[in-house]
Amino acid sequence: MPERQKTKLVPVPSPNLIPERDVDKSPILEAQHLGIDFGGLTAVNEFNMAIGRTEIAGLIGPNGAGKTTVFNLLTKVYQPTRGTVLLDGKDTHNMNTVQVNKAGIARTFQNIRLFDKLSVEDNVKIGLHNQMKYGTFSGLFRLPAYWRGEKAAHERAMELLSIFDMQDLAGVKAGALPYGAQRRLEIVRALGTNPSLLLLDEPAAGMNPSETAELMDNIVKIRDTFQIAILLIEHDMSLVMGICEGICVLNFGEIIAKGTPEEIQNNPEVIRAYLGSGKEA
Amino acid sequence: MKEKSSHKRLTSNLITYGIVVAAFVIVQVLGATVGLSSSFQGQLIPICSYIVMALSLNLVVGISGELSLGHAGFMSVGAFSGVIAAAALQQAVPFAPVRLVIAMIVGALLAGVAGVIVGVPVLRLRGDYLAIVTLAFGEIIRNVLQVLYVGVDEAGLHFSTKGEAALQLAEGGRAIIKGPMGATGITKLATFTAGFILVLIALTVVLNLVNSRSGRAIMALRDNRIAAESVGIGATKYKLMAFVTSAVLAGAAGALYALNYSSVLPKKFDFNTSILILVFVVLGGIGNIRGSIIAAAFLTFLPELLRSFNLDKWRMLVYAVVLILVMLATNNPQLRGFLDRIRGKRKQEGEEESTHA
Repeated sequence: MPERQKTKLVPVPSPNLIPERDVDKSPILEAQHLGIDFGGLTAVNEFNMAIGRTEIAGLIGPNGAGKTTVFNLLTKVYQPTRGTVLLDGKDTHNMNTVQVNKAGIARTFQNIRLFDKLSVEDNVKIGLHNQMKYGTFSGLFRLPAYWRGEKAAHERAMELLSIFDMQDLAGVKAGALPYGAQRRLEIVRALGTNPSLLLLDEPAAGMNPSETAELMDNIVKIRDTFQIAILLIEHDMSLVMGICEGICVLNFGEIIAKGTPEEIQNNPEVIRAYLGSGKEA
Repeated sequence: MKEKSSHKRLTSNLITYGIVVAAFVIVQVLGATVGLSSSFQGQLIPICSYIVMALSLNLVVGISGELSLGHAGFMSVGAFSGVIAAAALQQAVPFAPVRLVIAMIVGALLAGVAGVIVGVPVLRLRGDYLAIVTLAFGEIIRNVLQVLYVGVDEAGLHFSTKGEAALQLAEGGRAIIKGPMGATGITKLATFTAGFILVLIALTVVLNLVNSRSGRAIMALRDNRIAAESVGIGATKYKLMAFVTSAVLAGAAGALYALNYSSVLPKKFDFNTSILILVFVVLGGIGNIRGSIIAAAFLTFLPELLRSFNLDKWRMLVYAVVLILVMLATNNPQLRGFLDRIRGKRKQEGEEESTHA
């Protein structure tokens, strides 16, 4: 495996898709020359991207383009072979998944990963784990700190669940929820970790058009309420074009286009990636 | 709904505590009025320590989701260190209950240390590999105890692996642990009340842990490690916490167990005992605290019951048959349907709620 390159002090080719209101502030996330090889296969290469502090950004591309791999690189499920990820200006090079989450990146998963046997409320409380301050000792002996901490966590969990009107489901086992509700619960759990950047991996997968429309409203609501950045992978173009301010298109592990929804829709390179070129067909 | 679910959990926990307290009261009342057979009385303290063993193993197997096959190893660490502590303090602490408590604490702490030593490398392994290494640990501990000699005299404790003579005890000193002969000449300190209190403590520790921040982290890692790490829960810390807490409880149970007899052999804590405890946990339902208690009490008492019918040689066979029957019964569609009908009302409520979403 090649040596991991140090950050190059060369200008990154046009990483900026940052919406105007965020332009003066430093980006929350900056990926520079990010890449990973699996054996001889380069899954992602030269991935450069900056996300503004309150931006909703989209990452799209055909199946197998490497979108989820980018998420796994950002959250350190995979260690990148090349390049740097700066989170709020800090290099995440030595961090693992847990530390990256504590530093402010939370995510959902394409194939839902809930704690199936636990209740909806417990799932959210697990998301709140690092926000809760009482220790194991207080927990074992039910000291006042335990009761205070649990009460606060319960209230916070209910508040977060109310984003999706899921308070009534608090006692239901997560595994028993319908598919759409499981996807929403994953978002709530991720929000529990108090992130500054939320990564959503196909949040609308398996949802019908009316559910998707509701989800779009909720994603915007989450951004406005929490003032955080959101990066989402999605195949549903109505969602991507509807709420994303900047879009990044990935094909065969490389960025082929960046721009606003209008620019992307009319980009010939993107159309070719999705539909194939006339010659090949 | 939330109020209802936490209420349900509280009720369930209270029932578990209630069963333990009621069992204690019934045994005490029976003992005072009708009188208990000596064989039954002899089983009371082992039942208590096996209940604690089952509870603590359930913490690892059920709550943390790791298969451990060396739990008797921690029990033996607790047993032998507890015996040494009790013997060493015979003069210093003449009051027996206090000596018992100290012995159990020493046993628990040393088993906890063993838990850390084993847990740190072992918890990096997963699944079958973890089971194999814990099995090996149990055997290593037993083999070490086979060659360990410990004696006490005015100068303090003496340790050796060469034999009783190598202890070089002063006049008036005596050997507490004699290698393959095990711990001998133990003053019987354990009482049923102490066992009952230990069960209550173990139950409180396990239930409180499960319903706390750390317990949720442990269960999150069990259900989905990648998701747990993605919300900032470090695997090593919480896996180790469950493992060491379990070892500590097993150590206390071991000390209680050993101090109930005049002598204890290292052979007692072999692989069969580890499996026996695992059977309690599996039979009671993995992750089911109340089930562990009932299964441990029932299966410890079962051989005595069989003996009264002259069937005790068939014990292992009966175990197997009981296990198979329980597994068949819990997977039986008719029985499941019947149980669901009993719980029908609650089930319906749950379904209604989930269809709302």
